[in-house]
Amino acid sequence: MSNRYILTSILVMAVVTYLIRVLPMAIFRKKIQNRFIQSFLSYVPYSVLAAMTFPAIFSATGTTLSACAGTVAAVGLAYFDQGLLKVAVGASAVVFLVQLLGL
Amino acid sequence: MESENFRQGLKHGLPICLGYFPVSFAYGMSVVLSGMPAWAAVLISLTNLTSAGQFAGSSLMLAGGGYLEIALTTVIINIRYFLMSLALSQKVDEKMTGVQRLLVSFGITDEIFAVSMQNERKLTASYLAGLILTPMIGWTGGTLAGGILTSFLPTIVTNALSIALYGMFIAVIIPPSRKKKSVLFTVLFAVLLSCCFHYFPVFSVLSGGWGIIVITLVVSAVAAVLFPIEVEEVHE
Repeated sequence: MSNRYILTSILVMAVVTYLIRVLPMAIFRKKIQNRFIQSFLSYVPYSVLAAMTFPAIFSATGTTLSACAGTVAAVGLAYFDQGLLKVAVGASAVVFLVQLLGL
Repeated sequence: MESENFRQGLKHGLPICLGYFPVSFAYGMSVVLSGMPAWAAVLISLTNLTSAGQFAGSSLMLAGGGYLEIALTTVIINIRYFLMSLALSQKVDEKMTGVQRLLVSFGITDEIFAVSMQNERKLTASYLAGLILTPMIGWTGGTLAGGILTSFLPTIVTNALSIALYGMFIAVIIPPSRKKKSVLFTVLFAVLLSCCFHYFPVFSVLSGGWGIIVITLVVSAVAAVLFPIEVEEVHE
């Protein structure tokens, strides 16, 4: 990655994100009442995160078996509401143990 | 009075700051491990102050994605801030100047929005400045610490930590899936489409970022038709 590419990409992300946040505050004074748009927006975080995670997670750690074990651990911990940090660390710990066994 | 508001904001921002630190620590670690320079990760956290939006943007950068792809993905993931900003604009102090409105808009995140909407009074610029500052320090500082620490770690540890980012995504999507069947539907449908895009060569025209945009639009629209949410009133 060249520094030029990095800086341009960051600028693009920062400007786009800021525009989204500032436009309503600067211009609009009325709330969107459209029920479809409100519903659509409420589902966006879940669909985008799910699509980003699967199936990419299975090739994240170098070996498929350790990645699968880590995924199972993450889903299990998340199912029992263990919070972001515990899920992330727990999944990593399982991947570590599986790779330590040479699998 | 103003400094009192500012201090109250700082205080209310503290739990958000503590919550952000470990998440951005993991973010800093994972992107630096994947090949991003630590200074870039810190700059991203400082200028973006988002979770999912900058995670996705960073992974696109690591994959060498085009600027339009990065911009569109950022729009899709962060578009929810648009509605939050809209709701917040109804609740800020009328005396707030135009410049102050432009400044506080920068700090609208899920958590900062949630805390400010819980506050029963009109939101002053000083209060919001404090409420935004502490989480920003936690978010940027965590990224810096995570990014620097990675260079001291052996490969087996870094391999294991590469799953951390996905672990966080899973921690965001699973608990609500368990409670609401609308969210469960959304997650399963998105995973199904994503796997189809990945494993069937027919869809390979849609490279990583574009595929995610298409999936997000289709899945969210279908979910919105099947499970329309209760329309919330703006808090006065």
